[in-house]
Amino acid sequence: MSQSLRTPLMFALVALLFILEGSTQVWIFSGSWNSSLTILNMALISAVMALGVNLQWGYAGLFNVGVMGFVALGGLATVLVAMPPTPGAWGTGGLRILAGLVMGAGTIFLMVWQYRNMAAGRSRSLIMFATLVVGFFVFRWILDAGVAGVEAINPAQTGYLGGLNPGGQDNYRAHGYMTLLAWPVGGLLAAGAAWLVGKTALGLRSDYLAIATLGIAEIILAVIKNEDWLARGVKNVIGLPRPVPYEVDLQQSTSFIEKADAIGMNVTTASTLAVKLSYSLLFTAVLVVLVILAQLSLKSPWGRMMRAIRDNEVAAQAMGKDVTRRHLQIFVLGSALCGLAGAMMTTLDGQLTPGTYQPLRFTFLIWVMVIVGGSGNNLGSVLGAFVIWFFWIQVEPIGNWLMTLVTSGMADGSALKTHLLDSAAHMRLFSMGIILLLVLRFSPRGLIPEK
Amino acid sequence: MDVLNAIVALLNFVVIPAMAYGSQLALGALGVTLIYGILRFSNFAHGDSMAFGAMVTILVTWWFQSMGVSIAPLPTALLALPFGIVGTALMLLATDRVVYRFYRQVKAKPIVFVMASMGVMFIMNGIVRFIIGPDDQQFADGARFIIGARDFRTWTGLDEGLAFKTSQGLTIVTAVIVVAALFWFLNKTRTGKSMRAFSDNEDLALLSGINPERVVMITWIIVAGLITIAGVLYGLDKTFKPFTYFQLLLPIFASAIVGGLGNPLGAIAGGFVIAFSEVAVTYAWKKVVTYLLPESLEPSGLVQLMSTDYKFAVSFVILIIVLLFKPTGLFKGQSV
Repeated sequence: MSQSLRTPLMFALVALLFILEGSTQVWIFSGSWNSSLTILNMALISAVMALGVNLQWGYAGLFNVGVMGFVALGGLATVLVAMPPTPGAWGTGGLRILAGLVMGAGTIFLMVWQYRNMAAGRSRSLIMFATLVVGFFVFRWILDAGVAGVEAINPAQTGYLGGLNPGGQDNYRAHGYMTLLAWPVGGLLAAGAAWLVGKTALGLRSDYLAIATLGIAEIILAVIKNEDWLARGVKNVIGLPRPVPYEVDLQQSTSFIEKADAIGMNVTTASTLAVKLSYSLLFTAVLVVLVILAQLSLKSPWGRMMRAIRDNEVAAQAMGKDVTRRHLQIFVLGSALCGLAGAMMTTLDGQLTPGTYQPLRFTFLIWVMVIVGGSGNNLGSVLGAFVIWFFWIQVEPIGNWLMTLVTSGMADGSALKTHLLDSAAHMRLFSMGIILLLVLRFSPRGLIPEK
Repeated sequence: MDVLNAIVALLNFVVIPAMAYGSQLALGALGVTLIYGILRFSNFAHGDSMAFGAMVTILVTWWFQSMGVSIAPLPTALLALPFGIVGTALMLLATDRVVYRFYRQVKAKPIVFVMASMGVMFIMNGIVRFIIGPDDQQFADGARFIIGARDFRTWTGLDEGLAFKTSQGLTIVTAVIVVAALFWFLNKTRTGKSMRAFSDNEDLALLSGINPERVVMITWIIVAGLITIAGVLYGLDKTFKPFTYFQLLLPIFASAIVGGLGNPLGAIAGGFVIAFSEVAVTYAWKKVVTYLLPESLEPSGLVQLMSTDYKFAVSFVILIIVLLFKPTGLFKGQSV
């Protein structure tokens, strides 16, 4: 089958899955449009992440397993932009925290400068060590007081710096557009972090880069979890403003009620669907723009250069291409996409919950999407994201169905039967592993291979 | 000034825990380094294989406990350990047969092996959660302490107590025995020598008639032993929770790389470097400092450099520094 036929066919099949989920109530399908749209929204976001990973892996062969960290940074950006500033936080300690961070960064710059400009030897090491020790204690001394000040402000509800929403504590929900502004900011934040990581780790071998990115993701998450002044840590920030209307407002608007009546739908259901649908449209718009850009870049001279570097670094270098800089460039770009997706996801959730970020879910699952979809092919990764996300959600009903089938012959109430039925939820990771291994082994180029 | 008490506090809160943690990391890192040396890829499924080994041992331990079998004052888990090792070895060999062997035959790039190990990681994680669940599991029994804090105070008359847990003592002793046995095996036996030859230069080893499949098989069996022991000791010392084992991946890799990937001696050194730095940076030094300084200078804060949650950051920073300044590690590792 030619690829020009294969691609639309695959997408049609996936669309059919979502339609079945929405309309029929057979086997694993729930027959609820609400659930279908919920899955679709997360699938769209996952597709953006998969595009980012595909940029890094498919175009350039960079093995980034720190996706979770960049996604979390995007989520952080949503809080920092869209929430209202906590009254008094900047006065009591915010500026002091900022000064402390500048001081910390200054120490590191000073050490880099010393390393570059002083003669190697014991005296350089001693001076650098002294700088580190003095710098660290001054940093902590400035920072700690500021942190204590900020975290003391109404710790049950705020206790953090807050964001930039102009509406203030009482009216910030009226400024829902702020979350849209947060999306590019999330991308920028992730790009900044990626630049720092790339500067230090990109020269390393592929599996060292993997370990380094794995580590950086854990560190980013540790910071978000522990620095309560930043985004309340594990106490979570809830009630983020929305770029789309609230269900309650829709249910009270006469024009909406009229429209719902016209199509003969319950107003509550209609409002839920309308909200979800608006999110889907927003996300689809973003995804379409990104896919077009990614396709254009792939066919441009720049894209050809990237693939040339991926396929043979030495030859590309001999042709005068700056491999390290190109790697850094694409690493930053791909991570920015992950940050953008993270901001979109936090917007959809309406809350930032650092405790729920798991590497298996946010890093490795995205990798499964890219590999299953077809690495090096943008449409492939988008397709992979839809398929894998759909199954990630549906494995649970499939697992339940399977377990009921397996245990149907066993006596009710037997320990094994209860255990098996309870454990159906853990089928997810297992089946994802099986899918990944099968694709790697029998179809390593994925569902829609690179041309 | 109270130097003796300060030393006891230091031993109790820093040296002993770091020794135990370092031994566990070293055993884990030895496994990573062996796989890297022989099979030439970074095994992402390492942490979850460790959880699998610990899980098998825990299940057998529970079975023994239910039958009343015990070797008190030592934990029953020691008795179950051989069963755990056999189970893990069978599982690893099966994985190799089903997954990795194919890629060896087609001479796939190392990164493909890493991807495959990601798939194995998912499956292993799923199996462990499926069988034992994602929660904390208790399986430690026997005497809790070799030296209790109160006994130590009565013996010595010092203010500061020193507690030496059975699990810590056991960890250190076991690690020494295992490492000694491993080095004897690698350096003295014919099979061990053929493994080192294979790791040094695959083509030469093949030419001299070494059977690669046999070398690979023995590697997996040794790795099964190492990770099951490491996993069980970690579980006895701290707690068994599948997710913590996944998280151990980072410090274990850091240990192996810091020491020099592919170099067994380096893996051990790396384990202790990482463990001591983690504990030292995240320990609240107030107690030790209070004993050493005159009363007027007593610190008001905890004198903790970083909160405990940043311990991953410590291993990561050390890893990056070593990679930037000495890419082959402290001991000379392979740089493929």
